[in-house]
Amino acid sequence: MSADFLYLVEVILNGLMAGVMYSLVALGFVLIFKASGIFNYAQGVMALFAALTLVGIQTGQIPFAHLINAIFGTNVHHFGWQVPTLLAIAITVGVMVLFAILVERYVLHHLINQEPIILFMATIGLAYFMEGFGDIMWGSEIKTLDVGLPSGGSRWLEDYTLGWVAEGERYYGMYLDKLDMVASLVAIVLVVSLTIFSQYTKTGRALRAVADDHQAALSVGISLRTIWVIVWAIAGFVALVAGIMWGAKSGVQFSLSLIALKALPVLMLGGFTSIPGAIIGGLIIGVGEKVFEYSIGPLIGGATENWFAYVLALMFLVFRPQGLFGEKIIERV
Amino acid sequence: MFYRESGDFKKTYQKDSQTFPIKFDRWRYYFVMLVAFIVIPMFLTDYTANAVMIPFLVWAIAALGLNILVGYCGQLSLGTGGFMAVGAYSTYKLMTSFPGMDMISVIVLSGLITAVVGALFGLPSLRIKGFYLAVATLAAQFFLVWLLNKVPWFYNYSASGQISAPQRELFGIVITGPHATPVAAYLFCLIFAVGLAWVARNLTRGRMGRSWMAIRDMDIAAEIIGVNPLMAKLSAFAVSSFFIGISGALLFSVYLGAAEVTEAFSINVSFAVLFMVIIGGLGSIFGSFVGAAFMVLMPVLLKNILVGGLGWPTDLAAHFEFIIVGGLILIFLIVEPHGLAQMARVLKEKLRLWPFPH
Repeated sequence: MSADFLYLVEVILNGLMAGVMYSLVALGFVLIFKASGIFNYAQGVMALFAALTLVGIQTGQIPFAHLINAIFGTNVHHFGWQVPTLLAIAITVGVMVLFAILVERYVLHHLINQEPIILFMATIGLAYFMEGFGDIMWGSEIKTLDVGLPSGGSRWLEDYTLGWVAEGERYYGMYLDKLDMVASLVAIVLVVSLTIFSQYTKTGRALRAVADDHQAALSVGISLRTIWVIVWAIAGFVALVAGIMWGAKSGVQFSLSLIALKALPVLMLGGFTSIPGAIIGGLIIGVGEKVFEYSIGPLIGGATENWFAYVLALMFLVFRPQGLFGEKIIERV
Repeated sequence: MFYRESGDFKKTYQKDSQTFPIKFDRWRYYFVMLVAFIVIPMFLTDYTANAVMIPFLVWAIAALGLNILVGYCGQLSLGTGGFMAVGAYSTYKLMTSFPGMDMISVIVLSGLITAVVGALFGLPSLRIKGFYLAVATLAAQFFLVWLLNKVPWFYNYSASGQISAPQRELFGIVITGPHATPVAAYLFCLIFAVGLAWVARNLTRGRMGRSWMAIRDMDIAAEIIGVNPLMAKLSAFAVSSFFIGISGALLFSVYLGAAEVTEAFSINVSFAVLFMVIIGGLGSIFGSFVGAAFMVLMPVLLKNILVGGLGWPTDLAAHFEFIIVGGLILIFLIVEPHGLAQMARVLKEKLRLWPFPH
C-alpha cells in the first residue's frame, strides 16, 4: 500500500472520530427538541458548565471564590481536598439534575405556548446567563480535566501500520488519538443505552409519547413538567459526557461552549428529530470536513473547517429540507 | 386628556394615513428631532459620542435591518455579523480605490453591494424554513468572515490583515479618520439613521411590507392569495442586508476607524443584534431603536457601577454583564415576549383612556 493512500485512510478515520465528538453534542440537542420542540442553544454552554463543575469539585475549589474575594477582601481559593473522580462525576450529575429542575420551574414553565422562536431566544439568554454564572462560580482560567482517560497517539497502531508500507518510503505509521477512540466507544454505549431507555422503560415510553403529541400525552395522564425535567436532566448528562471528552481533549475553557456551533450543521444534516441522524450526520460532517481540508484546503488557503460543515449542510438542505432522517415536513393552511 | 385623536380632524387621505395620527405624537417627534440634531451636538463630548451616541446609532441601523427580516418577514437570520463585514469591506475598497468619491455615495454603494450578497444568501430561504434557515444563515456568517480574512485583495494586502479608514471629508468637514470631530461623526450617522428609519417605516406599511407580513404570518396562505414568495423573501433579505451593510460601513469607517474581520464581525455581533431586536420588539421601528439603546447603554452603565462604583476587577464585571444580559433576556421573554415596543404600546393605550379608564 502506498503512503498517500494510508494517509487518506488516517484522515478519514480521524474525521470519523471527530464526527463522533460532534454527535455527542448534537445528541443533547435532539433529545430536547424531540421532547419539547425547543431548539436548545444552551447545550454547548451546558457542556462547558458541566465540565467546569466537574473540575471544580474534583480539585476542591471554593465556588464563587473570586466574587467572595472581591467583596470581602479575603483570599480564598481551595478547600484543600481532592474528591475522587467517580464521586465528583456523581455530584456533577446531581448539579445538572438540579439545573434541569430550576430551568423547568423558572424558565420553561413560564414560556409554555410561546412560539418556537421565543423559546429559542430564551435558550440563548440561558446560554449567556450560564456562561457568566459558570465563570463567576469557578473562575475563567483554562483548566485541565483529568478523569484518568488515556491520551496521546496509539504507539501500537503506529508500529503496526508502519509495516504496511514498502521500505524506503517516508511514512511514520498511522496516528490515532487514544482519547478519540475512547470517546467513540463512550458514544456508542451512550446511544445504545439511550435507545434502550426510550424503547423499553415506562419513562422512555412517556418521553416518546410527549415527543409525538403534547396534548395527547397530557390527556392520558403524563405529566409534561416531569417529562421536561427528565429530558433536560438527560441532556445535562449528555452535556457532561461531551464536556468530559472535549475537556480532556483541549482543556476546559470558554471555547468549549462553541462546540454547540459545530453541532448545528450536524443537526441540519441528520434532522432535528432523529437520534441515529445525529450520529450519522456527525460522521458525515467529521469525514467531509477533514477530507476537504486535506484535499482542497491547501489550494484555497486552509482553515476551511470553520465553514465547510455549514456550506455542506446548506447545500444538502436545499435538496432535502428536513435533513436525512428528519420527519417529513407536512404543511397545512 | 391631551393624548387622543378626537378633535384633530384630517381633511385629506394623505393626512389620514400619516405615521403619527395623534397630535401629541407629532409634536413629540419634532421635539426628538430637535434634540437629536441641535441639542445633543451642543453638549456632545468625546466620551459620550464614542461610548454612547455613535454606537447607538450604528447598532440601531443594524437592528432596523434585522427587524425587517426577522420581525416583518419572519425569516430568522444569524448572519448579521457576516453582512456587516461585507458592508465594512466594501466601504474600505471603495474608499481606497476611488479616493474622490464622496462618503454618502460610498456608504450607500456599500449597502447596495451587501444587499446583493444578502439576496444571494437568502436564496435557500425558499426551500428551508424555521430553525433550519437560522442555521443556514450561519453558513453566511462563517463563510463571509473566512473569505474576507483569506483573500488579501479585500484588505489591500496589508500585513496585519486589518483595514483602517483613511481620512475623508464631506462638504469640507472631516468625518472619518483620526481627525474627525465627534459632532461631525455623530451627525453623519444620525442623518443615515433618521433617513433609513423613514425608509423602513414607509416600506413596511406599503405593498412590500404587507407582502412580508403575509409571508411571516403564514407563507402558504400568502402564496395562495397571490403574494410571490420568491419576491417577498428575496426583497426582505436584500433590504435587510442593505441596512445591515450600511451599519457595518458606518461601524468601520466612522466609529471604529480600523477593524479586523474575525474580531469586529464575529458571531457574537449576530447574536447582539438579534438581542436588540428581541428586547426592543419584533416588527417595530421604534423597538429597534430602543433595543439598540438598551444593549449599548447597559454595558456602559454596568461598567460604571461595578468597576467605577464598587471597585470590582474588570473581569468579574464582564462575567456579571453576561449574567445580567442573559437574565434580562429571560425576564423580558417571560414578562413581555413582544419587547419594549409592546410596553410602549400598552402605555399609549392607557394614556389614551386617561384619566377615565372605565
